[in-house]
Amino acid sequence: MSAGAYDKLIFELSSPGREAFSLAGADVPESDVRKILPEKHLRRDAPALPEVSEFDVVRHYSRLSRMNYGVDTHFYPLGSCTMKYNPKLNEDMARLAGFARLHPLAAEAVAQGALQLMHELARDLAEIAGMDAVSLQPAAGAQGELAGVLMIRAYHRSRGEKRTKVLVPDSAHGTNPASTAIAGYEVVEVKSLPNGEVDVDALARTLDTDVAAFMITVPNTLGMFEPRIVEITELCHAKGVQVYMDGANLNAILGITRPGDLGFDVCHFNLHKTFTTPHGGGGPGAGPVGVRAHLEPFLPVPVVTKDGDAYALDWKRPKSIGKLQAFLGNFGMLVRAYTYIRTMGPDGLRSVSDNAILNANYIMKRLEKAYDIAVPGPCMHECVLSARRQKKLGVTATDIAKRLLDLGFYAPSTYFPLIVEEALMIEPTETEAKETLDAFCDAMIQIAREAETNVAVIHDAPVTTPVRRLDQTKAAREPNLRWTPRA
Amino acid sequence: MASRFIANTPEEQKRMLGVIGAASLEELLVRIPAKARLPRALGLPAAMAETDLIRHMKALAARNADADAHVCFMGGGSYDHYVPSPINHLISRGEFFTAYTPYQPEASQGTLRTIYEYQTMLAELTGMDVANASIYDGASSLAEAALMAHAATGRGEVVLSRGVNPLYRRVVATYGEGPGVRLRDVAAPEGVTDLAAAKKAVGPKTAALVVQTPNFYGCLEDVAAAAEIAHAAGALLVVAADPVNLGVLEGPGKLGADIVVGEGQGLGVPMSFGGPNLGVFAAKNDLVRRMPGRLVGATVDRDGARGFVLTLQTREQHIRRAKATSNICTNVALCALMATIYLATLGRRGLVRVGELSAAKAHYAAERLAKIPGVSLRFAAPFFKEFALKLPKSPERVAARLARQGFLAGVPLKSFDRTLADCLLVAVTEQRTKDEIDAFVAALEKAVA
Repeated sequence: MSAGAYDKLIFELSSPGREAFSLAGADVPESDVRKILPEKHLRRDAPALPEVSEFDVVRHYSRLSRMNYGVDTHFYPLGSCTMKYNPKLNEDMARLAGFARLHPLAAEAVAQGALQLMHELARDLAEIAGMDAVSLQPAAGAQGELAGVLMIRAYHRSRGEKRTKVLVPDSAHGTNPASTAIAGYEVVEVKSLPNGEVDVDALARTLDTDVAAFMITVPNTLGMFEPRIVEITELCHAKGVQVYMDGANLNAILGITRPGDLGFDVCHFNLHKTFTTPHGGGGPGAGPVGVRAHLEPFLPVPVVTKDGDAYALDWKRPKSIGKLQAFLGNFGMLVRAYTYIRTMGPDGLRSVSDNAILNANYIMKRLEKAYDIAVPGPCMHECVLSARRQKKLGVTATDIAKRLLDLGFYAPSTYFPLIVEEALMIEPTETEAKETLDAFCDAMIQIAREAETNVAVIHDAPVTTPVRRLDQTKAAREPNLRWTPRA
Repeated sequence: MASRFIANTPEEQKRMLGVIGAASLEELLVRIPAKARLPRALGLPAAMAETDLIRHMKALAARNADADAHVCFMGGGSYDHYVPSPINHLISRGEFFTAYTPYQPEASQGTLRTIYEYQTMLAELTGMDVANASIYDGASSLAEAALMAHAATGRGEVVLSRGVNPLYRRVVATYGEGPGVRLRDVAAPEGVTDLAAAKKAVGPKTAALVVQTPNFYGCLEDVAAAAEIAHAAGALLVVAADPVNLGVLEGPGKLGADIVVGEGQGLGVPMSFGGPNLGVFAAKNDLVRRMPGRLVGATVDRDGARGFVLTLQTREQHIRRAKATSNICTNVALCALMATIYLATLGRRGLVRVGELSAAKAHYAAERLAKIPGVSLRFAAPFFKEFALKLPKSPERVAARLARQGFLAGVPLKSFDRTLADCLLVAVTEQRTKDEIDAFVAALEKAVA
């Protein structure tokens, strides 16, 4: 712990008798729960929650917040996560009472504004991706994947086909095989070419009537556009195989190309990546899923429909895969994404991808001498470096990440994709300015130099953060997952 | 064209292209085959200036009957509970709001500490050993619990009480489809699970028995009896519970639950038309390595100082891939932070007060409403803050009429259970005043007359 760092948990601030809440007194005649409810349902002891003042709460969580790096405070080049600026206007709109204070089971007639917003957002996302229909219900990318694969499964079954396998490249995000497995499929990993592209000949040999789907990320996880993608989707369709696009990297292709036009049958969107809803320390996100017309009957229920000027929820969809969440989806995130799309318009969204690509290529160019480049450019919205040269000097991708924290930057994604040794995956996004990219590149070049001249400063890092490197092994071997008072 | 969210000017773009050695942005797109390019602009509405957009958004918002402009008696899984002011201020700090999953722990101690606090608070409330960092919502938490019970017991069947929220049961069915989990229902004809029927339904093939308390109809279930039935057959007991009630109601873990899930929206999270919500997930220690989602653990740094990390990650998709316990990655961390700040603010006495006031006001409302001619409580079983009210007129029509008078009267039950087509599910939280309840009773009396 660096000197003066804050080390309290809320429980350690507790002082019996302090209160931070304000609740009106009972105004009904009988307020003693022991007279209202049977004893056997009642808690014996009050829960051991902290007793603190309101200012204790405010100062504690303000101080904890300062132990984080966020996009608002730091460059956050985390590849595959699209850590762009989250517009403040989105937040104001999501907090309008008509949205934030709307009950999920409100009758359609008194939720027309919310349903209109959802209908328009689904339409806009369908246009952006070249899809025929979009469900906004999935809560996150992984749930979008699950929905997409379940729809594919239902589609094959409706045609009397019982396919059992789904192909996933070895460069894929971990959620792809995990979602596929939960959907009841055997996951078959497909080896990529050394440059990260799909080995089309090997794929052609693997495709057969037992394959339900091929699931890939475009641009791929090396930040490269798949040059033979149209050929790939055609190849799949010829064998009756559905093609799923992981939309994690959609920020690279807005208005440039569309999954539907490339031949994809399904794709999901990460509103918390491309469409600026905040990451919130790990969520909530939203993972709408788009499909071509032949999969539309299988969409989750309900579907928002429009008849004249009236919006409604269609529950009578006998082929639907069912529900993924209790209600309609992460509506608060939908309001933010809708606000963003309306702010940007078609030209604005196109310039998002142009500048995301420009920024990534600029970083790759500036770092190509100091580090090994995984695949020669031009790249799309992110670039992957390898620290294999530095590793020979005793400096790993993790070491570089930790040293970056000391130099005032969050770290790139490390060790992903798995097919690149000592991978450092850098995604600058379009919202960063050139001087920030330059400062980051200067820091990366400094670290490469330190690897040759001053390894100790890298191995010591980080020293400016609230804690230094943490003992992960101890955490896993002796799980301590909740606070207990010291005896 | 300029956008306020993009810094690069045309001049800067040119300089950067010069460094890259490309003549134009177009040159960077060489790998995209020409036939794959979109030959036109996207067909989206034109960009809007901020003031115009605010006007448009406010007009949309105004077409919704929200709980500020109306007195809310709606529940069914989302409730109008008190949200203390500091929550919104604190979660809006960019360091929390715009951070990613804490994969670099040294630069994420704020998030990690709040999750550790959250896990502690939820384990305490549910009466369980360990709570995870969150699942999407109560329904998906329950689905994950069903899959976890299936994996932990190696058994193929999950028995669900019909007292469990019907929307949750549909989500369990969706998640159960792939792994082939078979679902069996147990009736709840008198508003609570028919325990004799549950005993018959649960057997050697049962992975878990699932009950919700208070259940969808607001009635309190006998969790201890359900635990006995499940355990006698070697099955797990999964209980869905609303944590905001657990200042007053016993933690299901203390009554024999093996897994407790629930919707944590009541803990300071806005209703927001049903999402984002907060999926609570807690279990006994012996199940921890099968749990879905993230877990934060305490450890020490190089200098021996206390620190926090994501731990037991070999359960998770980014390590274990197809063999992960769940596919979840993004969760609802910020909603978990709202709940943490909520529980810190309410504290030991406040949460008890919220439960006491909700129960007291709900019972007052029920008593008054049941005195209206033709109106009665549908079930005799003890309830907590929500109850099914039998009406002499169509609940949909009564609710529509009351909406025009400023009341969100409740949830008509027809679409959930046809045998309850004459019922309205009414929820009362600590937010309702006696005056509001009295006015609601008077309006409802007129509406059914």
